[in-house]
Amino acid sequence: MSELVTRTAAELRDLLAAGEVSAREVAQAHLDRIRATDGRVKAFLKVLDEQALAHAGDVDRRRAAGEPLGPLAGVPLALKDILATKGIETTCATRILETYRPPYDATVVKRLRQADVVVLGKTNMDEFAMGSSTENSAFSKTYNPWDLARVPGGSSGGSSAAVAAFDAPLGIGTDTGGSIRQPAAFCGIVGVKPTYGLVSRFGLIAFASSLDQVGPFARSVTDAALLLDAIAGHDPADSTSIPEAKPDFLAGIDKGVQGLRVGVVREFMAEGMEPGVRARVDEAVARLEKLGATVVDVSLPHASYGVAAYYLIAPSEASSNLSRYDGVRYGLRVPGETAEEMMANTRAAGFGPEVKRRIMIGTYALSAGYYDAYYAQAQRVRTLIIRDFAEAYAQCDVLVGPTTPSTAFTVGEKVDDPLAMYLNDVYTIPSNLAGAPALSLPIGLDEHHLPVGLQVMAPVLGEPAMFRVARALEADLAFDPTPRGANALETPGGAAA
Amino acid sequence: MALSTDDVRHVARLARLALSDEEVEALRSQLSDILAYAEQVGEAAGGDVPPTSHAYPLANVFRADEPHESLSPEEAISTAPEAEDGRFRVPKIVGGEA
Repeated sequence: MSELVTRTAAELRDLLAAGEVSAREVAQAHLDRIRATDGRVKAFLKVLDEQALAHAGDVDRRRAAGEPLGPLAGVPLALKDILATKGIETTCATRILETYRPPYDATVVKRLRQADVVVLGKTNMDEFAMGSSTENSAFSKTYNPWDLARVPGGSSGGSSAAVAAFDAPLGIGTDTGGSIRQPAAFCGIVGVKPTYGLVSRFGLIAFASSLDQVGPFARSVTDAALLLDAIAGHDPADSTSIPEAKPDFLAGIDKGVQGLRVGVVREFMAEGMEPGVRARVDEAVARLEKLGATVVDVSLPHASYGVAAYYLIAPSEASSNLSRYDGVRYGLRVPGETAEEMMANTRAAGFGPEVKRRIMIGTYALSAGYYDAYYAQAQRVRTLIIRDFAEAYAQCDVLVGPTTPSTAFTVGEKVDDPLAMYLNDVYTIPSNLAGAPALSLPIGLDEHHLPVGLQVMAPVLGEPAMFRVARALEADLAFDPTPRGANALETPGGAAA
Repeated sequence: MALSTDDVRHVARLARLALSDEEVEALRSQLSDILAYAEQVGEAAGGDVPPTSHAYPLANVFRADEPHESLSPEEAISTAPEAEDGRFRVPKIVGGEA
């Protein structure tokens, strides 16, 4: 039943509801696909065969008994290893949490279970979600199914590679500066960073608390909206959770773009973009106009300061959040003569180079004498970017531009140049700083057969318009998410196309 | 902003990170580059612009002061690298005394 793995979540849900296939068969088909391909992709840190089949069997039993089931009952999913799973290793791809088994579930994990989503395994990522290539994982690299010599993006590269490899129709990632949208763009799938506060952060291992947000990966826009609907909503356990009712992501999703105003961000189109990316983005904008959208030119004049502000704010918050890894309450401990020495030794052995680098930047930016020049100033830039967006949205309903300046780069290409790696996030960071939603949609391939992502941005809680525009373009472009090209992973049930 | 190796060691001490000499030197150069890039935030915004700490402002979010389900002491300590008598065990913090 290898054909099952090519189905979308919505298709699987319907096949399961109609009794044409069992949840166990669906889970087994995906586990077989993982077994056949993950030696080369390395999307998963841990595959949960037993738990997945048991949960799927339980879904089948309850369906047969006529008991109530969740909205995505029996649909498989790949879960980023940054979300706490009770009794199951949650490593965050760091040595310091290598053996950590949380005594509780993240709220997102609980909601996935309530939806009866079948979690197939925990996926690889950059250590503590710090990175743009998944090369910063303490345990393994992950490889892009479109070209196994290239990175899948990051930090949620394991989940994006799993969905692109047809290991699962759905994935969960987290996005602090682009960590869902950039790997979605690199892997030719849909990835959504929701409005800050829409999805609970309880049980999400913290990186930068004012920016971190959980969101979906899928191979279709509707699937991404279905998964977001399953995980979104107020959670009293997260004090930054938005108390208002979540928007209806699906009601207007197929309405088309007639009458919508789409702003093209001038600064994102100006420079630094690869020609193959620019060509696809230009074509997508032209298609939107043809489909009936009004295309307007808009400016985000302070967006270019976003990377600088982000690489002060995020490391500052990280240096504070990661102070909890002190060798006392959980995780690794390396002995020392004194408590301070024990802590310093533990952190030296437990953190990788990028995590140390960010802790150092953040500690410096928050230290006496530098706070005003760095952290406070970065927060002022954040205000300016929020104002830029507000002015842009006075003229349009959504904004579009490239998700990334380039398509997937090769493994090892940027590991020695942290600043070059950070500049990958230039188009994605502004939405994190503004707390606003944004989505990456695959819109075609560049000259190397690598996927290009279009970013669709919307104002806070503007997900319905964002999904609507993405869905209209998806239907028009009919992008095939099957990896193809000389060095691509083989398609399910056959050789590489 | 060019950092000295002493600057790097001072920050590492604040961050409780034991660094090798090679790490100190690599970080000195990388942090200098990154901070030089980040300094452009200084020119972007004047002092009249209010800082934003959270994009979606919520203040004073409290839960009701009622008993609710929580971790047991055994569960809370189950992840500790070292524990004794239901408590976290740490190296001696105060020097000199028995």
